[in-house]
Amino acid sequence: MRRRGSPWTGIGAVLFKETADHFSGWLVWIIVALLFLTAFAAAYAAINTIRQTIGESPFLFLRLLTLRQDQFRWSFIDLVGILVPLMAIALGFDAVGGEFSRRTMSRILAQPIYRDALILGKFLAGLLTLGICLVALWLLVIGFGLVLLGVPPGGAETVRMLGFLVATIAYGGVWLAVAMLFSVLFRAPAPAFIAAAALWLVFLLFWNADIAPLVATLFAGPPQDIFGPRLAYIDAVQALTRLSPHTLYGEIALALLHPSTRALGLVFLSQLQGAILGAPLPTLESFLLIWPQLAGLVAGMIAIFAIAYVAFQRQEIRA
Amino acid sequence: MAGDVVIWAEGLAKRYGSTIAVERVDLEIRAGEIVGILGPNGSGKTTTILMLLGLTEPSAGRAVVAGFDPLREPLEVKRRVGYLPDQVGFYDWLSARDNLAYTARLMGLPRREFDARFAVALERVGLAEWARARVATFSRGMRQRLGLAEIMIKEPSVAILDEPTATLDPHSTREFLAMIRGLKADGTAVLLSSHHLDQVQSVCDRVALFARGRIVLSGSVTELARRVLGGGYVIDVEARGADLRTRLLAVPGVVRVQSLGGDRYRIDCDSDLRAELARHLAASAELLGLRFAEPSLNEVYTRYFDEVRHAA
Repeated sequence: MRRRGSPWTGIGAVLFKETADHFSGWLVWIIVALLFLTAFAAAYAAINTIRQTIGESPFLFLRLLTLRQDQFRWSFIDLVGILVPLMAIALGFDAVGGEFSRRTMSRILAQPIYRDALILGKFLAGLLTLGICLVALWLLVIGFGLVLLGVPPGGAETVRMLGFLVATIAYGGVWLAVAMLFSVLFRAPAPAFIAAAALWLVFLLFWNADIAPLVATLFAGPPQDIFGPRLAYIDAVQALTRLSPHTLYGEIALALLHPSTRALGLVFLSQLQGAILGAPLPTLESFLLIWPQLAGLVAGMIAIFAIAYVAFQRQEIRA
Repeated sequence: MAGDVVIWAEGLAKRYGSTIAVERVDLEIRAGEIVGILGPNGSGKTTTILMLLGLTEPSAGRAVVAGFDPLREPLEVKRRVGYLPDQVGFYDWLSARDNLAYTARLMGLPRREFDARFAVALERVGLAEWARARVATFSRGMRQRLGLAEIMIKEPSVAILDEPTATLDPHSTREFLAMIRGLKADGTAVLLSSHHLDQVQSVCDRVALFARGRIVLSGSVTELARRVLGGGYVIDVEARGADLRTRLLAVPGVVRVQSLGGDRYRIDCDSDLRAELARHLAASAELLGLRFAEPSLNEVYTRYFDEVRHAA
C-alpha cells in the first residue's frame, strides 16, 4: 500500500539536530582530539626528515602524509586509517539503539516524520560530522606544511590529497554504516559498540594476516607447489583481503600518496616492460588504478546502510 | 461516521505470526471526549494506539483518525495527533526548550509560532521556570508534564496518552489529571490508557475495556456497572431499624444490598429508586441519609475479570 507524503519530510531537522549533538558530545571530541594530536605528531616528525632530504621527491606534501620516523613510527595515514573507523563507530553506535534506550523513539516517530527520514538523517549527520572533521584536519595539515616547509603543494599533490580525503570519508562511512547496522539490530548502545569495535579489530588485526590465508587455503589449495607460489592461491588471498575496508583503503592510500605505485596486487614481469621504475604515474592513471577500490568502499557503505535501513523499517516501535 | 468523530476504527486487528495482539476492535471517539482504555497487560491497548498513530500496520480493519487513514496518510494523522507514551523519554543533554524545539521543527511549526505556543504550554504545565534547564535534572513527573506541553504545542485534535500517570506521585497525578481536563476544555479528544481505574473514572466520559485483544465492554461507567454489576444505579443509605437488609431487598428494582458497616448500606438498583426507598424506610425505620453513590469502575473491572476467570 502506497503511503502519502514525502519520506524525507523532517530530514533537515534530524540532520541539524544530530550534527549539533555530535559536536556537543564528549566521546566524539575525545577521538577527534586524539586524531588531531597524533596526526600532527606524525606530520611534525615527517617534516624534520623532509627538510633534510628536500630534493629527493617533488611530492613533499604527500611525503608529509606517508613518511614514518624512527622516533614516531606511525605515519599520518597509518593513524588516520586506525582512528577514523573508531570515530565513525563512535558516531553511529547509539544512533538507533540510543533512541530506544532513552525511550524517545515512539515520541519522535509520533511526529509527522517517516522512519526513512530519521535513519537517513542520522546517517547523513554522521557522515557530515566525519567530513567536517576530516576537511578541517586536511586543511590544518596543509597549513602546517605550508608554514614549516615554506612551499605550497603542487596541483597534482592537491588533487591526490583531495582524492585521499574523499576515500577517507568513504572509509569512515563504511564503519559508520556498520555501527548503525548493529545499533538497529541490537537496539541498545553497548552491544552495538562492542560488536562494531570487534568487527573492526578482526579486520584490522586478523583478517589479512590470518583469516584470509586460511580461508584461501581451504578454497584454492596450498600456497605453493613444487613449481613455486600458486597463482590460484594468490588470487584467492587477494580477493579475500579486498573484502576488508582496511585493505581497500590501504590500497587507495598507496596508489594516491605514493605516485610511483604502478599496480595494486600481483604484477608480472611482462607488465613491467618499458616501465621506468620509480617514475611517478600521472594523477589520472593513479585514480584509474584506485577506481575499483573507491567504488568498492562507496558500494560497501551504501549496501551496509541499506541493510540497516530495511531492518529499521521492519522493527516494531514500542519505546 | 458523524461529523465530530475524530477516531473511528472498524475491525482493527494485528497479528504477529500466529499470535493475535488485537482482534476486531471497533472504536468511535468524538471531539472533546475523554475515553479511557483499560485492560490487563498484553490485552492490546498499546498495539491499538500504535495502529491509530500509524506506527504499526494493522493486519486487518480500517481506521480514520482526525479525518485521515493512519495507514495511507500517517504524516497527516501525526500532524493532528499528540502522543504521550508511558515513561516519556527526552534528550537529557538538551534543555526543555531545545527538546520541544526539535519536535516543533519535525512538526513543521515556524519558529515564531513555536516561541508563542511554548511559553503558553510551559506555563500551563507549571514548568515555565524550567524552560532553559537540562532535562537530565527533571523528575519523572516533570518529564511527563513536558510531554504534555509538547502535545499542547501541537494543538492536536486528538491526544493519546498511554499510562501517563503510571510513575507519578499522588500530588503530581492530581495535577496531571487537571491538565488532561484542560485538554478536553480546549476541544481535544483524549484517549487515555491507564491501569489506575479511579483516575480513569474521575476524568473519562466513556471507557473501553480490553481483554485478549478485544474490546469486551464499552460505555459510561454507569452503563458498564449496569451490565456487569447488574444495577446501574448505586444508592448509599444510612438508616436504623431491624432486619433492614431483608427489607431493602424486598423493594422492587433492588438488585443487591451490601452492608458498609454501622448503619450504612450500599444498594444496587436497576433504576433511580431514591423516592421508593425513602418511602419504604420512613415507614419502617429511622432514615438518617440517602444519596446517589457513583458505581466504582474498580468494582466493575474486578467483577468482570473474576467472572471471566470463573467461566474459564
